[in-house]
Amino acid sequence: MLDDFFTRAIVAGIGVALVAGPLGCFVVWRRMAYFGDTLAHSSLLGLALSYILSINSTLSVFVVSVLIAMSLLYLQRRASLSSDSILGLLSHSALALGLVCIAFLTWVRLDLQGVLFGDILAVSTTDILVIYAGGAAVLIALIAIWRPLFATTVNRELAEAEGVGPDRINAFFVILLALTIAIAIKVIGVLLITALLIIPAAAARRFAAGPEQMAVLAAGIGALSVVGGLFGSLEWDTPSGPSIVVATFIAFLVSLALPSVALRQRLRRL
Amino acid sequence: MPGNSHAHDGLPKRSAPPVSTMDFNHQDRANTLVQAQQIGVQRNGRWLIRGIDLTVRKGEIITLIGPNGSGKSTTVKTVLGVIKPDEGSITRAPDLRIGYVPQRLAIDWTLPLTVDRLMSLTGPISKADRRAALEEVGIGHLAQSEVGALSGGEFQRALLARALARKPDLLVLDEPVQGVDVAGEAALYTLIDQIRHKIGCGILLISHDLHVVMAATDTVLCLNGHMCCSGTPQSVAEDPAYLQLFGPRAASIAVYAHHHDHTHLPDGRVRQQDGRITETCHEPHDHSHSHETPKSGVTGHVG
Repeated sequence: MLDDFFTRAIVAGIGVALVAGPLGCFVVWRRMAYFGDTLAHSSLLGLALSYILSINSTLSVFVVSVLIAMSLLYLQRRASLSSDSILGLLSHSALALGLVCIAFLTWVRLDLQGVLFGDILAVSTTDILVIYAGGAAVLIALIAIWRPLFATTVNRELAEAEGVGPDRINAFFVILLALTIAIAIKVIGVLLITALLIIPAAAARRFAAGPEQMAVLAAGIGALSVVGGLFGSLEWDTPSGPSIVVATFIAFLVSLALPSVALRQRLRRL
Repeated sequence: MPGNSHAHDGLPKRSAPPVSTMDFNHQDRANTLVQAQQIGVQRNGRWLIRGIDLTVRKGEIITLIGPNGSGKSTTVKTVLGVIKPDEGSITRAPDLRIGYVPQRLAIDWTLPLTVDRLMSLTGPISKADRRAALEEVGIGHLAQSEVGALSGGEFQRALLARALARKPDLLVLDEPVQGVDVAGEAALYTLIDQIRHKIGCGILLISHDLHVVMAATDTVLCLNGHMCCSGTPQSVAEDPAYLQLFGPRAASIAVYAHHHDHTHLPDGRVRQQDGRITETCHEPHDHSHSHETPKSGVTGHVG
């Protein structure tokens, strides 16, 4: 079944969406979209490094993202610049640095388009294995830290006062985010990963009555968008990554048109 | 003076962990929940608080009062361990279970959070306990409502219910009646007083409202960066340092002291001693209870 490149693409895309949805909910709740963007952009540096050192690209992207994430957490607490500015500074610097590094690697013929926008139609069975093994690890870890992570998201001081260690939990979450970005790059590309994190979550919001429900809905909406986007890209011969993001955006627009949970509750009471 | 008082014996060195579960040196050590000794917090070279001593025991209500920026919240957060003290020490009873109602809690619209889900935010709470706590604060009917749809007063009750449902040893309330109307305010204070008798917890309370300091409070601590004065509500109200801090107007502090011959129900009505439910506690005004006030020109609690 996985012989067909299109089937492989759909299986890989769904795998990424199932992880990105729940994690993306936290990115939305914590207003970390820009943070995710910065991590994603820095993964270009990780890619360049993997060519220089000839090591596995997912591994090097993961390691570089974690390093950048940890320094971000540190800088946000220390530096005098606003965290917004620090993110903007690092986000674009990392992207530019990555592009410059790749330009120096004259002996590597790198498909820049594929790096920036994803090359889902070229995923191998090994890639699928990496996506599902890594994705399962992320989801299991997320479920394990769900309650303290959610409590910290709602109110850090409250969580800390009642015995949840927010610093540890935050660092752990950022590592999960870096891992998700590392496994998603091949499918969706450096520039559009954040979209797959936040748009399905945003689309799920109006139908969710609780955080757990929103996470499951976001995963479902993401998976549907992957299927829709890939069929669209096959039909109209459009690049796969952007097509998937367009599909998530359409899902979001549709969600605006449908009656929300709150509205349905209100109607029921009438 | 706060400047020299922090250097007494028995304090851990600054490098030592400021929070420990060491034995209390009091004979009532079994009853002491948390003890802060000469704590100070410094930010950008300025002491936000300094030289604060504070002890909360089981079944006791300690109220912090003071003007804006006097370090009430900072003191509470330091006692809770959210802020690390730059000097002094904090000793907590081992396995102390804390219920905290923060001063501000903004729930973003993007967070789908029902009142019922809010209850088990930091730990699992059984369904029966969740319902009981919501009933206790009078918002049992709102369990399935989204937190964002609540009024200020309802939200404040939900936060109190959440802290209660944890069955805490120490309940910490940072201005728990903000956004609550005056009648509801009295009802909430009555409820808080009942809570400590019922579950036997110690309560650390911040109130910026000088006019509604509960008579139920065992000790009032008046802060202004340092300890201004402390004692029973009555003695603080008469303390020269207190009067200097708040001006002569503060002498008319309304200590919420009345005989508990009636109960304020959560919906604002009142259950009288003989079991009647009335709209206010003056109805009919038969002087079955009195409003004690310490000074002339005092307004008693409304209701």
